[in-house]
Amino acid sequence: MLRLEFHITGGNFNSAGEASSSLKKTLKQLGVNSCVIKRTVVAVYEAEVNIVAHAYEGTITAEIDQQSIRITVCDRGPGISDIDLAMQAGFSTASQRVREMGFGAGMGLPNIKNNSDNFSISSTPGIGTTLQITNLIENYETENCA
Amino acid sequence: MNKKLLLETIQGIETGCKVHEDTIFGYAFASDLMSDVLRTDAENMILVTGLCNLQTIRTAEMADIKCVILGRGKKATEDMIELACENEIAIVESPFSVFRICSELSRNGIKYLY
Repeated sequence: MLRLEFHITGGNFNSAGEASSSLKKTLKQLGVNSCVIKRTVVAVYEAEVNIVAHAYEGTITAEIDQQSIRITVCDRGPGISDIDLAMQAGFSTASQRVREMGFGAGMGLPNIKNNSDNFSISSTPGIGTTLQITNLIENYETENCA
Repeated sequence: MNKKLLLETIQGIETGCKVHEDTIFGYAFASDLMSDVLRTDAENMILVTGLCNLQTIRTAEMADIKCVILGRGKKATEDMIELACENEIAIVESPFSVFRICSELSRNGIKYLY
């Protein structure tokens, strides 16, 4: 099993996406199916942007084996008081700066869920938020992503 | 649509890395909202946007988009060009509005996704 860990700094939009980019390169090198790569990096990129946009700092951990990619996203930040509301498309608490970067329209968490085979979220207000994302590598045997 | 017609159609100027000569584009998607772009799934798709920052290119990288057209005369920054080149993403700058770019692309055979 391969394990990667990335530290993410809140508020640093210049480096937002570097962890996702690094993960994408690794998955390509490992020869993972392109559909699985895209679904995984889209989910991780949205999560990475969420840390930058909302949290003080966070870590993204990826554990990769022949069957699956397991991602844990853990941040130290304000947390989410109403997860059901946060999961609704269009709900957002993003700042104007985040919106100017092209995000913050309330699509991040729904996008993460849609690009995950298994997804869970837990949060403690005032402490932080943790996401668990698992994508199965063997789900796609062809280049057809549909 | 090939590169020559693409550039002619929108008065486009390539900046940084060039569009591959043999690339044929079939689809385009226009948005300034990157989460919407991340929901797309089409090969050889062009992203048309007025959003001109590093996350535009990061989004293209994650979504496997190889050509980004910046509308409204926006100019790519050096860090955008550097990141785009690292990922073989071509940036094309056009003086036209995003709406006009889409109109011209559509008139010349580029399809919409939704």
